[in-house]
Amino acid sequence: MTVMSYLGAIGAAQREAMDADERVIIIGEDVEANVYGTTGGGKSRSSEGDFTQRYGKNRIRNTPISEEGIVGAAAGAAMTGLRPIVDLSYSSFLYMAMDQFVNQVAKNRYMFGGQASMPVVFRSAMFYGLNTGAHHSDRPYPMFMNVPGLKIIAPSSPSDAKGLLRSAIDSDDPVLSFEACLLWGTKEEVSDEPFWVPLGVARTVREGTDVTLVAISGSVPEAILAAADLEAEGISVEIIDPRTLVPLDRNAILRSVAKTGRLVVAEPAHRTCGAAAEISALVAEEAFDSLLAPIVRVTAPDMQIPFSPSLEKQMYPTRETIGAALRLVTGATGVARAALKLAN
Amino acid sequence: MTDLSSNDLLEIQRRMLRIRRFDERASKMVKRGHIPGTVHTSIGQEAQVVGSTFALADGDYMSGNHRSHGHPIGKGSPLGPLMAELVGKATGVCKGKGGSLHLADFSVGSLGESGIVGSSIPIATGAALSSKVLDNGKVALAFFGDGAANQGVLYESMNLAGSWKLPMIFLCENNQYALSTPAHTVTSGVIADRGAGFGMPGIRVENGQDVLAVYAAVKTAADRARAGDGPSLVEVVTYRYNEHSEGLRLATDYRNAEERADWLSRDPIVLFRNHLIETGVSAELLDQMEADVLAEVDAAVAFSDASPYPELSVAFDDLYTDKEISA
Repeated sequence: MTVMSYLGAIGAAQREAMDADERVIIIGEDVEANVYGTTGGGKSRSSEGDFTQRYGKNRIRNTPISEEGIVGAAAGAAMTGLRPIVDLSYSSFLYMAMDQFVNQVAKNRYMFGGQASMPVVFRSAMFYGLNTGAHHSDRPYPMFMNVPGLKIIAPSSPSDAKGLLRSAIDSDDPVLSFEACLLWGTKEEVSDEPFWVPLGVARTVREGTDVTLVAISGSVPEAILAAADLEAEGISVEIIDPRTLVPLDRNAILRSVAKTGRLVVAEPAHRTCGAAAEISALVAEEAFDSLLAPIVRVTAPDMQIPFSPSLEKQMYPTRETIGAALRLVTGATGVARAALKLAN
Repeated sequence: MTDLSSNDLLEIQRRMLRIRRFDERASKMVKRGHIPGTVHTSIGQEAQVVGSTFALADGDYMSGNHRSHGHPIGKGSPLGPLMAELVGKATGVCKGKGGSLHLADFSVGSLGESGIVGSSIPIATGAALSSKVLDNGKVALAFFGDGAANQGVLYESMNLAGSWKLPMIFLCENNQYALSTPAHTVTSGVIADRGAGFGMPGIRVENGQDVLAVYAAVKTAADRARAGDGPSLVEVVTYRYNEHSEGLRLATDYRNAEERADWLSRDPIVLFRNHLIETGVSAELLDQMEADVLAEVDAAVAFSDASPYPELSVAFDDLYTDKEISA
């Protein structure tokens, strides 16, 4: 075991995959210079483990700033024998390549009757919470959940980042990885040995009996803090991190709600048609009889992200807003509803 | 053409005839409701298609567009599964899930036709990247029309292919009309000239009805790609005889009769038949070829007719390589 950061764990997974399979290549903007710290052993080119030195420029390729061309070319390469990892840097840049994601990456295998397989991973960072303004702060994974044919991961811990990325790279289907920048510096002990976290299996972050709290991506650390606060108030919170949004581990969520009878879903994406909306609908349809209280979502509002730090910090679920939702569904306090109304 | 054997020349004519007769039949079948939806025929563009595909090796890749039947036929795909796909049968080359707009036959390197204009160009670019990284000597060709020549993704792909010196051919099928819009009214400059901006040859085949002229240009580009010298842009000027899509009825005729008569007088299949006869091929042999191709198309339709429609469960297959995981 080694203490790894979230970014370091991504780098470790990429290195293991590059070592294991010569068909794996990394393409993206600034990957040769290891600008984001996932294609090297350290921050400088002379560092041991630098990917360009280790694997050569045939397999580590800087791209022009041409997202549509890059995403399509990665799809074509995946259809013809390579297993590309595409570093798209910011998640907001995925929109530039929307036609390729929706019309080629997601549809080709299906339209062509299974002739194509599409073993490609598209990594991007959700740069929210860092005062970068509306063009860099998007959390767009829900709109891709609406495109059948894509698989979607959103790891919230270094271990999951490593294990899920290995599974994504080994998958013969296209996988989009959404990585919250707020998690980049998170550290924990991670196995140095290769391991795979299967796609479609949720992680129970903490067990509890009174309320199920499904938390996604950067909302997971806030959820853990909120659950600790509630524990001090005598309320037992079970936290489920789906980790994979497509395929979604529906049974893990339904099992937990069957046990607790209450559901709060927290995520940093917009409210309308978000992952929280989908999970809420799932529980309302499949586990209505288990519910002791209405479902509550804690999300970003349907609003663009303002630049000023004093404005931005209220936009995403926090320990406080998640805590208020938990108190509301468990009947803990009367002020919870007012607090939530403010947040949403 | 020094590198083409007499058998090659006959095969070129056979493939052009296959496209012509296949598309003529498909057009009738659309009008009778035998083929659902619509199709876009390559009638009139056979020299442009076969001159291109014949310059590729069997293992080479290509991607295409909505004018989609000619490409796989030109690359050697058997007609039965293509026709069954157009009708929506289980034996279709895409199991009845693609249809005319989305034909693909990976067994001949056909990586798929695309209903979105320009969208399949980077797919071929990626195939060329595979060839380069895996060093397997394959070339990739992207077919696109004069309409797609104004899509941004073409230039992203040309820049990428040029920067990485990918073994790639950008093949512009300039049939001069994007549906009803004359290309010259929405296109600044000459398409082939745009190659120079990316440091690659830009070749314009003015007489795209001459299959050997198309072949020579594409073969030069393919040889260059295979030698590691990077991509080329080839623009072939041609003409479609039919409407943009079968059954389309427009209030105005945007193409004048003189223009049409001029192109019809230079039919690529007639031209090449005359060329073959001049070089000593007997008319009887060519007549027999025509009869054989008609029989092939008949057999393709019979194959489709005898095939079942897909089971309903097929609609839920092939989205992923594995079934959805549910713990």
